[in-house]
Amino acid sequence: MQEDLLKIGDMTFENRLFTGTGKFSSKALIPEMLEASGSEMITVALRRVDLGSKTENILDYIPKSVRLLPNTSGARNEKEAVRIARIAREAGCGDLIKIEVITDMKYLLPDNYATLLATEILAKEGFVVFPYVMPDLPLARQLENAGAAAVMPLGAPIGTNRGLETRSMIEILIENCKVPVIVDAGIGRPSQAAAAMEMGADAVLVNTAISSAEDPAAMGKAFSMAVSAGRMAFLAKMREESKTAVASSPLTGFLD
Amino acid sequence: MKITVNGNPETIDVCSITDYLVEKGLTGEGVVVEHNYKIVKRAEWQGVQLREGDNLEILSFVGGG
Repeated sequence: MQEDLLKIGDMTFENRLFTGTGKFSSKALIPEMLEASGSEMITVALRRVDLGSKTENILDYIPKSVRLLPNTSGARNEKEAVRIARIAREAGCGDLIKIEVITDMKYLLPDNYATLLATEILAKEGFVVFPYVMPDLPLARQLENAGAAAVMPLGAPIGTNRGLETRSMIEILIENCKVPVIVDAGIGRPSQAAAAMEMGADAVLVNTAISSAEDPAAMGKAFSMAVSAGRMAFLAKMREESKTAVASSPLTGFLD
Repeated sequence: MKITVNGNPETIDVCSITDYLVEKGLTGEGVVVEHNYKIVKRAEWQGVQLREGDNLEILSFVGGG
């Protein structure tokens, strides 16, 4: 088989599972999960330091070989997203930024318009922008025109483990986007990640389903294998479904 | 003198941003400082003296998806 690398901007990835650092019961599980899954990029968030308590630095738990994708979680509008992105860049971890603008606290659905505005500003400033959005083709085209490096449509609301509820809309993005499509949020099982990759998604980002599993390292590996299997099936080109049976053995009688 | 750090009032002696962060044990990788709502690059921390009424935001990376 030919080498199959994912290119985003001027980066290349062999592993198409991206992961997140949220909700691990212990930070020490993060390097174990990264090792087991082989994930090459992981998200982090930015917050005020708690001056009252000694907190561990999460960067101490992420090997240098793994890329950091800071997110703008906590941003409620494009201005806050831009501010967080600039702070993240100043932290010295590169130009990558996942734009996440959320105003709806019940479903945590992204504000597509504010995300587009933030993308326009940050791409001009040289950021490699990963916008987290509701799957919407006209918006995805605007994001591409604004200089987004990828689009990250959600499968289902964050942390719900419900899988590809937006499946048909994501398929439209996959068929029409020039930049990579990374399915982010809501994926709860490896089989759902495999389904996204079989559809032709370029990558998936999984946080909760891995970090909240009883064994995050094993779950990370399971997701990585599923992503790899789904990708391989996509490249091998599956045949269409059929309403009636199609024999796989000769149709003649045994002794005819 | 009184300053505001991460939204909370604090009384400190006159010092630079670096002095303040060393005192708090916050000089590790990934710490970012906004001084009066402007990002101060790490290389410039030592040169910025804190003054009465200043506002500091000290941020770092945490777990997130």
